[in-house]
Amino acid sequence: MKLVDPQQTLPASGARTRIRAARWEDTLFEWVTRGFAFLVLAVLAAILISLVWTGMPSIRAFGWSFLWSDDWDPVRDQYGALIPIYGTLVSSLVALAIALPISFGIAIFLTEMAPVWLKRPMGTAIELLAAIPSIIYGMWGLFSFAPAFSHTVQPFLIQTLGAIPLVGKLFQGPPLGIGLLTAGVILAIMVIPFISSVMRDVFELVPVVLKESAYGLGATTWEVVWKVVLPYTRAGVVGGVMLGLGRALGETMAVTFVIGNTQHLSPSLLAPGNSIASSLANEFAEAVGDLYTSALIELGLLLFVITTIVLAIAKLMLLRMGRSEGKRS
Amino acid sequence: MRNATPEAVRIYRRRQRRNRFHLAMSVFGMGFGLFWLTWILWSLLSNGFGALNLSLLTQPTPAPGAMGGLANAILGSVMMVGLGTLVGTPIGILAGTYLAEFGRRGWLAPTTRFVNDILLSAPSIVLGLFIYTVYVSRAHHFSGVAGALALALIVIPVVVRTTDDMLRLVPDGLREAAIALGAPRWKMVSLVAYRSARSGIATGVLLAVARISGETAPLLFTALNNQFTNWNINAPMANLPVVIFQFAMSPYDDWHKLAWGGAILITLSVLGINVLARIFFQQKHH
Repeated sequence: MKLVDPQQTLPASGARTRIRAARWEDTLFEWVTRGFAFLVLAVLAAILISLVWTGMPSIRAFGWSFLWSDDWDPVRDQYGALIPIYGTLVSSLVALAIALPISFGIAIFLTEMAPVWLKRPMGTAIELLAAIPSIIYGMWGLFSFAPAFSHTVQPFLIQTLGAIPLVGKLFQGPPLGIGLLTAGVILAIMVIPFISSVMRDVFELVPVVLKESAYGLGATTWEVVWKVVLPYTRAGVVGGVMLGLGRALGETMAVTFVIGNTQHLSPSLLAPGNSIASSLANEFAEAVGDLYTSALIELGLLLFVITTIVLAIAKLMLLRMGRSEGKRS
Repeated sequence: MRNATPEAVRIYRRRQRRNRFHLAMSVFGMGFGLFWLTWILWSLLSNGFGALNLSLLTQPTPAPGAMGGLANAILGSVMMVGLGTLVGTPIGILAGTYLAEFGRRGWLAPTTRFVNDILLSAPSIVLGLFIYTVYVSRAHHFSGVAGALALALIVIPVVVRTTDDMLRLVPDGLREAAIALGAPRWKMVSLVAYRSARSGIATGVLLAVARISGETAPLLFTALNNQFTNWNINAPMANLPVVIFQFAMSPYDDWHKLAWGGAILITLSVLGINVLARIFFQQKHH
């Protein structure tokens, strides 16, 4: 904001001192708020530094092999993060594979199909999914979803997909109900509201004229979405998906309930496993010994670095979307 | 279509089919989302309703097999959520004020906005880990204060974001009018800008409260748990989410029942606060 300097227009000396006093207070106010803005920046740096610092014994002891060793043995004080890293990535990718098309459908429904009176209640219902605390997802997953899943969907997957060579490896083993796949499905439900609300927001940025021109040329609703809306909003859509991925990677409680918590690497999605966040939730409070604690903190550091990178990409994509929008309009 | 060649008719039909198929998939996606919401709420109500009674609110958490309630956990949750909100809100509002009011030039505001959005979605368990390393491991004991600090770290980015957004919605004409009347900048912000962004900021704070009420992960290694009623916030403190977690993972049926009771309490209050925030915000803006 550009303001005229009042001192140039007010000659009286009493007014001048008042203005000077006000300037002094203004400076103080500005610096106080600036300090708190800086504090937010500092929090991110402090998290990184403190995790690196306390994770140091483990970083020193295991070096890079921490990332690909699957040996997690508190008794012998040997730690490798492969199993939790694998579980985190796989469950999140399963979640994205389910959540992406569903969220896309929901966004199309809410922006292109739903009559006006239906938009609000439907949108709110999907947003409610995001408001349910993750521990509720976990309990529901363990007591309601997992038993139902192991009686219906899992045997079906084992019989059909499990018989196919190569792909079948992913769907073999007993239908336990808990495991990577279950965690992935629950994560999918949890990230759907985030991805679909970003998609809905960016779809609504598409200029109506563009869509109407396509409709006027005789395009169907699907063609308008696929050939006009989606190309226009690509950066925003990718940003939304990355945001969902960031959420899925760091989700703790829901996953801890249903992933099985075993330090065991299996090619099957039906087998129980572990994720970084669930290892922390299960083991940290009971960890004895400096190296054990430090290895868990290094796990947390890994999780923080991965999610920060993913979320930064998400944010950059969404910013790009916003900027190009500004240029075009 | 009178003069259309068979080829053109075929293409037209195919486009229509494809359109119908994808629109049907969209409706299916919507139904898929609603299906989970209904299932979760239904299983919460059917399992938790029987566990709701007065002793849930008056008795402390029991040993396995004994009678009890969740009174100490509710008390702890309320204390920690309250303290976390009290610590996080002013920090968030002041930082947000800088972003919207003073940060129109320079690098600090855009960078802070960027980092804040990352913190907004950062895994909450890492925030708990951070408080553990900087506070709990130094103080050598778990405590309600540590839990509240971890929750405050979740409140801050939510409040920063809404304060920033809401202040930026305030028209510059209002600011200029205040300045033109000779008001110093801090008066303009506190008497004019805050006042017109008030309901939006309050909504943000309410949403932050709703969010931290259900958070479990950051409390696991900060507040831990406590089987007894405890008014001392500087000691390990029971709280609803962690009690639900421990009771649900236990093999005892009566603990499961209490966990469902706690789950229904927490969900109703979180959803209630959410709905309240929406109504509150709508009333002021329409």
